[in-house]
Amino acid sequence: MTSIITILILILFPFLISLILLVAKTDALRGPVVYIGAAVTAAAAIFFAAISFGKEPAALVAGGRISEIISYAMMGIEALLALLIIWLGIKYKKYLASILALLQCPLLLWFELKHGHDVEVSHNLVVDNFSVIMVLIIGIIGTLICVYAVSYMKDFRHHHADVQDRSPFFFFLMFAFLSAMFGIVLSNNLVWMYFFWEITTLCSFFLIGYTKTPEAIKNSFRALIMNLLGGLAFVIAIVVLGYFAKILELDFLIKNGVGDTSGLVIIVVTLLCFAGITKAAQMPFNSWLLGAMVAPTPTSALLHSSTMVKAGVFLIVKLSPLLGVGSILDISPGFMVVMVGAITFLLASFSAVSQSNAKRVLAYSTIANLGLIIACAGLGTPEGAWAAIMLILFHAVTKSLLFLSVGTAEHNIGSRDIEDMDGLFGRLPRLATLMIIGIAAMFLAPFGMLISKWAALQSFVDDSNVWAILLICFGSAVTLFYWGKWLGKLSGIVANRQNTQDRIHRGEWFALGCHAFLVIAISLGFPFISDKVLLPYLSGVFGGGLTQEQSLALSSDNMFILVVLVALIIVLPLMFYGRTRKRIVPLYMAGANEGDNLTFRGAMDRDVPVSLRNWYMEGIFKEKLMNKIGIITTCIIFAMSLTYIASLVTYFIKMAGGEA
Amino acid sequence: MEFSIFSVISAVLYLLLGPFIGGLLAGIDRKITARMQGRFGPPILQPFYDVGKLLEKEAVTVNKGQDFYVMACLIFMIITGTLFFFGENLLLVIFMLTTSALFLVIGAFSSASPYSQIGAERELLQMMSYEPMVLLMAVGLYMVNGTFRVSEIVSHGPLSLKLLIGIFIGYLFILTIKFRKSPFDLSLSHHAHQELVAGLKTEFSGRTLAALEVAHWYENVFLLGFLFLFFANGTWYMAVIGVVVCLIAYFLEIFIDNVYARMKWQFTLKSSWLVTLVFGGVNVLMLYFLKAFSLIGN
Amino acid sequence: MSYITKSPWVIHYDGSSCNGCDIEVLACLTPMYDVERFGIINTGNPKHADVFLVTGSINEQNISVVKQIYEQMPEPKVVVAIGICATSGGVFRECYNIKGGVDTVIPVDVYVPGCAARPEAIIDGVVKGLGVLAEKKAAMKEKAIAVLDTEAEAPAPEPPIEIQVYGSTEPREHGGAHDASTPGKGEA
Repeated sequence: MTSIITILILILFPFLISLILLVAKTDALRGPVVYIGAAVTAAAAIFFAAISFGKEPAALVAGGRISEIISYAMMGIEALLALLIIWLGIKYKKYLASILALLQCPLLLWFELKHGHDVEVSHNLVVDNFSVIMVLIIGIIGTLICVYAVSYMKDFRHHHADVQDRSPFFFFLMFAFLSAMFGIVLSNNLVWMYFFWEITTLCSFFLIGYTKTPEAIKNSFRALIMNLLGGLAFVIAIVVLGYFAKILELDFLIKNGVGDTSGLVIIVVTLLCFAGITKAAQMPFNSWLLGAMVAPTPTSALLHSSTMVKAGVFLIVKLSPLLGVGSILDISPGFMVVMVGAITFLLASFSAVSQSNAKRVLAYSTIANLGLIIACAGLGTPEGAWAAIMLILFHAVTKSLLFLSVGTAEHNIGSRDIEDMDGLFGRLPRLATLMIIGIAAMFLAPFGMLISKWAALQSFVDDSNVWAILLICFGSAVTLFYWGKWLGKLSGIVANRQNTQDRIHRGEWFALGCHAFLVIAISLGFPFISDKVLLPYLSGVFGGGLTQEQSLALSSDNMFILVVLVALIIVLPLMFYGRTRKRIVPLYMAGANEGDNLTFRGAMDRDVPVSLRNWYMEGIFKEKLMNKIGIITTCIIFAMSLTYIASLVTYFIKMAGGEA
Repeated sequence: MEFSIFSVISAVLYLLLGPFIGGLLAGIDRKITARMQGRFGPPILQPFYDVGKLLEKEAVTVNKGQDFYVMACLIFMIITGTLFFFGENLLLVIFMLTTSALFLVIGAFSSASPYSQIGAERELLQMMSYEPMVLLMAVGLYMVNGTFRVSEIVSHGPLSLKLLIGIFIGYLFILTIKFRKSPFDLSLSHHAHQELVAGLKTEFSGRTLAALEVAHWYENVFLLGFLFLFFANGTWYMAVIGVVVCLIAYFLEIFIDNVYARMKWQFTLKSSWLVTLVFGGVNVLMLYFLKAFSLIGN
Repeated sequence: MSYITKSPWVIHYDGSSCNGCDIEVLACLTPMYDVERFGIINTGNPKHADVFLVTGSINEQNISVVKQIYEQMPEPKVVVAIGICATSGGVFRECYNIKGGVDTVIPVDVYVPGCAARPEAIIDGVVKGLGVLAEKKAAMKEKAIAVLDTEAEAPAPEPPIEIQVYGSTEPREHGGAHDASTPGKGEA
């Protein structure tokens, strides 16, 4: 009973807060509401985790009268939202959005009204360890971003005086987003999940279009159209599953689908994975996430770390037991997911090399990491799923930290270009340190992301997935390059720079500090998470009795070594950084600098300022070319899956004809 | 965690003897190079004199951060090598090697000096060039031996070289980058190439530079250790052959160093990736097919 | 024993000169002379160097450069002025922009005259410089001990810079011995 109440609080309370924020017009009012809302939501998430961990997956909210009413209410809201999309599509002359909404909503309504009663749904909500992890990510990271947004939006209004201030609407969307995300990760009924799924699509659409500039509107519609495409696949999956198999429950589908070679499951899983791929911004749909950069930074942080794209990978990881790649010639849904993920990982990493805009580097890195996550999930092995969930966890925390620190840097140095972060260590030492922690955690052993990458690589090798292995080997090498040069840029110590970090708000420091703490805490505590949380979950969904050694890439002694190394890498700088007592001398610039490192004597005895630039290698890692290759290769893979499905459908029709 | 006497002994030996072997190899390298160029060359112990001298020099630095990074590079290099000789997981070793190398790069970046910066960028490029091949080597060894643990590969794996010829060649290729030999000595220079001054290590001096040298010695020994894995199958004669091949490979690298000029960075990246794809990729693919048709075990 | 004499790394700077001495310095690195026998490496980086080889005279443009390079070399270090231009200004001495020999800007430890100085002479000059280097190292050690012993006391006085005169094997027009006490001006 407590669980149900907590779930209700998790889903309804943020929504309530968002409604309050919609009417709270002043900063003085908004601040406390956001802080209280965030604190309560985070506390509820932690409480929920505390009471749910270590228990068997629990099915909640039995079917019956109440859930039927809820279903009808959802249907009503869905219809209204579809009308809204159709209207907006017509208003802004983006008819494709209207058409997509026009296709999926009636289809769902027809199914629910005509056939919905035939399908008995006993568990609308289900809690397992994976969804608890997601609840924690949303509840803690998501709310921290909201706290950060309070201070950020004050500065934002200051910096963008030309943009109409719609802060109440902005905060309404942020909290509504959290509420919908809780809904997605806790729903078991696919129709319910679809309802929340569409709400996140719509929320992100409004958030991206926040500034209402032509670019923002264009990008927001691109995001909307791509996600509606995924939504359409979702609806078709629901209809097929409900109409032919009379199933609407996710856990039932997974339990009965394992080992089921009948084409029906394959069709449904392919469609759901396609929906997940659009939401997770995999190639060829990566452009919507890049376009989302036009929104204020908290939006990006929210979309990239704890919500939206994580909904896509959540669904695919959930379906992981039904995926898997048999032989090298297999074109099952598992093949589609692995290949799209691995190709996206490689090409998005390549594209990141040529970017100097910090937010674009982060965006490509997000896309790449999501690719790795879904590729791991696509393997359909417990160790692959382990790697995928660990990646989700580490990525959420780290990427959020990075986005928020880039946002703060942007407001303080007036640019989000990495080249302008020259010697940030001198100007904003604390912020630079946080950013360095974030970047190091993204790609450096022994921090979290690399641990997961290690597990991922081992899963691919165990699964003999040769193509994916090659893609990942090259992809991770490039990852090293683009993070390395950014890290180098930050760590440069340029003398005589003014320290300006006092201008940063306390709320921003709080959110950033919590993130950095979480990054380190998770890196230190991941063996515990693996042991107590992931293993029981994986044993449950992949058929019981898994032990650590059988199911996981990382043996416990390796985890022990890693934790010791993390501790070492944290203690070393604390003890030794900057403690040198050596005499400090100027740099060597062929003797042309006179005593200071900022200028050297050039021609005609003029002082020339020293400026250093990173490598971008546009000639080799062309962003446009990479996107083109990505679109072509992934479309080929989708086409292969589509032919596969088509052949299954024709087979069905033949069978049905034969029976008749 | 299994502690075998053998692993402990080899790890301790590496810790103690690693720098001596590495320094000696460096001395032999300089001697052979001199002889190849028709010179007499320095004494074999010259690298030790150099480090001894660097330790005696006045301690100066360009900022307060730099020394830390170089010391961290040395510490993590020693940890990496020790983990390797202790027989730990190969992937762990590779990732820690990257961490160590990255500390060096950050140390160079942190000085904000033009020459160091170019050296650092080039070092990153070199890392990007060799990383896929190193990862593929681990993958190949795993596919043949069924384990990533070095101790198991050494003690009772089959002879890996038989099935990993392509990966072996690819690894030899990128070893030139790792040993910082021409044509791939882009990021810093031992010789008269001075357009970057000393590249990566321009701003390091005295004790810091000595630490860097020692780190390189440790690193070189353990890079040759990777090569040894291809020959190890638990028998003593293959172990001897392995050590001999390591020495031959080292000689080969010196030879290549002396017959090539330095190439452009584009060539480094493209050639090493091509070699990785052709030799490494094809080798892994071949292993996959052998396995799929159960022509080899595990 | 000090390692400093076994591994002298040099940096080479050319002021105003005809490049003749430059070529001779580089000739020392060739197989013919092979200075690496003595552990000598041409580093091209003051931060790594122990011996500063200067060829050519000092002009208004390079005063700061020479000073800067000298200051960036960590102790102990020696300066070897190579060729007659570096020792006294040579034929450029009376030019409007020439300040004179290297010792007008930084302390010089060894003078190697000649036009151009021969590789043998240069090697000999560097080897002479090693003696100075060893002395300086010893002085550094004493100084460090002295500082440790009496914290408050003023540091020991700098050791006098030893000025060696080196005559090339075959004196040419600028060759021959200089008066060690009055190098540079007033001599040509």
